[in-house]
Amino acid sequence: MNLFAPDRSQYPAKKADGTNDIDLTSGKYLKLWQGPNHPGITGNMSVELTVCGDEVVEGKTHVGYLHRGFEKLMERRTFIQVFPIVCRVCVPEPDFNEYCYAAAVEDLAGIQVPERADWIRALILEMGRINSYMMYLGGQAGSLGQGVIGQWTTYARDLMLDRFEELTGARIYHMFILPGGVRDGLPDGFDARMEETLKEVERTLKDVWDVMFCNAVFKKRTVGLGVIDPSWLEDYGVTGPNARAAGVAKDVRKDQPYLIYDQLDFEPPIGHNSDIYTRADVRRRDVQVSVDLIRQMLAKMPRTGPVMATIPNVLHWKIPRGETYIRGECSRGEYGYYLVTDGSGYPRRINVRGPSYTHAMALLERMIVNINISDVAALMVSLHTYPPEIER
Amino acid sequence: MTTLTIMRELHTRLKALFPVGELTEQRPALGFVTVPKEHLRTTLMHLRVKEGFTHLVLLTAVDWLEEGQFQLTYLLSNRPLAIDLGLRVMLPRDAATMESIHDVWPTAATYQRELREMFGIDFPGSPRLHEEFILEGWKDIPPYRRDFDTLKYANESYSQRPGRETHDPATHMKQQLYPNGR
Repeated sequence: MNLFAPDRSQYPAKKADGTNDIDLTSGKYLKLWQGPNHPGITGNMSVELTVCGDEVVEGKTHVGYLHRGFEKLMERRTFIQVFPIVCRVCVPEPDFNEYCYAAAVEDLAGIQVPERADWIRALILEMGRINSYMMYLGGQAGSLGQGVIGQWTTYARDLMLDRFEELTGARIYHMFILPGGVRDGLPDGFDARMEETLKEVERTLKDVWDVMFCNAVFKKRTVGLGVIDPSWLEDYGVTGPNARAAGVAKDVRKDQPYLIYDQLDFEPPIGHNSDIYTRADVRRRDVQVSVDLIRQMLAKMPRTGPVMATIPNVLHWKIPRGETYIRGECSRGEYGYYLVTDGSGYPRRINVRGPSYTHAMALLERMIVNINISDVAALMVSLHTYPPEIER
Repeated sequence: MTTLTIMRELHTRLKALFPVGELTEQRPALGFVTVPKEHLRTTLMHLRVKEGFTHLVLLTAVDWLEEGQFQLTYLLSNRPLAIDLGLRVMLPRDAATMESIHDVWPTAATYQRELREMFGIDFPGSPRLHEEFILEGWKDIPPYRRDFDTLKYANESYSQRPGRETHDPATHMKQQLYPNGR
C-alpha cells in the first residue's frame, strides 16, 4: 500500500477552539463548492471544500436542499396516513421505512404479526437491498469515470423492480408492508420469475467483478484511499458495510435478529482494509448474500395462512402513551424509527435514524481532509449516503 | 441469563450509583429510564466505559407542550449483549439548555446542532452549534416545536399560484355523478 505523506508546512494553523485558521485573502487557499448540482455528489447535498493546491484541507457538509419536514408532517397525520410519507424518506430503499414504522406501531399497539407476513417482509427487504446496492455499484464506478457499470447495474435493478411491481403493484414506493402484516401473498409463478432475475443479478455481478473490481485504474484509485480507522466506529456511530469493511461484523440481522433472520443461514461479508475498494467489495459480496437469502426464503416460506393480523379501525386508532425504537439492517447500516405516542390518534414524535446522518456529516468531514479534489466524489459515494435521511 | 434479567440487573446497578428513575420495559432488549439533567453526563460516561454501551444510536427531543417540558432521548446500544437503553432527560421548555456531550461522542455535535435549530434547545460549547444546519435565514420560532403552526406559516410565507383551481372531492364527485344538479 502506498502511504501518502503530505507536506504539513502547507497546512493551516489551528485556532484555540480547534478549527482551522484559514485566511482566504492570503491566496493560498480556495473555497470550492462540490454540489448541490454536481456530477460527483451523492444526491441533493453539497460539500464546501477549502483546498490548498489540489488537496482538501477542510470540508463541511451542507444539507437542507431536500428538507420537507417529514417528521413534522407525520405528527399531524393519523397512524395510517403517515405511510405515504415514510417511504419517501429514502428513495432507493424505501421498504425499511415501511417496516421500521409498521413494526414500531405494532410494538406500541401490541399487535402480533402472522408468521407468513414476517417472511414476506424479509423477502421485500432483501429485494430492496439488492436494488440499493445495484445503484451504489453504478455510482461508485461512475464516480471514477466508469459509466458502463451503472448501465449494467441499472438493468439488473430494473429486473428487480419488475418483481416488485408484480408483488406489490408499484416499482419504487411499494407501501406493501402495513401495521399488522403485508397486503397480500406472493403471486402465482413468482418463484420462477424471481429465480430468473436472481440469475441475471448474479451474471451482472460477475461482469461488474471483471470490469470494475479487476480494473487497474479502479484499483489504483481506490486501494488505500478513504480509510475509516476502526477506533472511529463507536465515536462516529459507523454501522453497516462501512463498519464491516473495517473488520467489525456489525450487522443488525445477526446482532439482534428481527423478522425471520434467525431461521436463515448466512454470514455477513466482512473486509479488513477499510478503504474504498474494500467497502465496494463488501457491498458486492453482500448482494450475493441477499441473493442466497432470497432463495432460502422462497424455499422455506409458508405458503398458506393469514398475511394480516386483525387491527383496529385505522380511522379511529388511538395508541396508548409509550415510546419504542425499531431497527433493521439496511444496505447502508442501521436504520431505525423512534416512535413516541401520547394516547391520541396521532404520533407525538417520530424520529428517523438513518445511517447517513452520521456517515455523511461528522465522519465525512473528518475523512475528507488530506485527500485530492478528484477523489472527493469517490470517497463520498463509498460511504453510501442519502441526504434525505439527514434532513428528513 | 435472559435479556430481561440482564436489563433489570443493569438498572439495579445504575440505581445504586445515580438517581435514575424506574425502568420502562418496552421489550426485553429495550428499556427507558429517566435521568436528572445534572447526572446525565456521568451516567452516559459510566454506561459507555463500564457497561459497554459504546454506540450512541440517536439523540432526539420530544416536545411535551402541555406539560411545559422537552424530553431529550439518548438511545445507547450494547452490541455484545444486544440490549438498548434509552435515557430520558426532562428539560423545562422555557429554559431549554443542556450540557453538550460532543466530547464523549463526536457525532453528537450534529444531533445537537439539529436540536438547537429545530427545537431551540441550547447546548453550550458544542462545535458549530450556531451554524445553519437545514434552515436558511429562519426567523420564526423553531419549527419542530409543537406550538409552531405550519398552516399559518405557509399562508403567511407563500402565495397561491394564480389560475390554479382546487376541487373539493365531494363537490367534484357530485358534479360527475349528477351533472344536471339532481
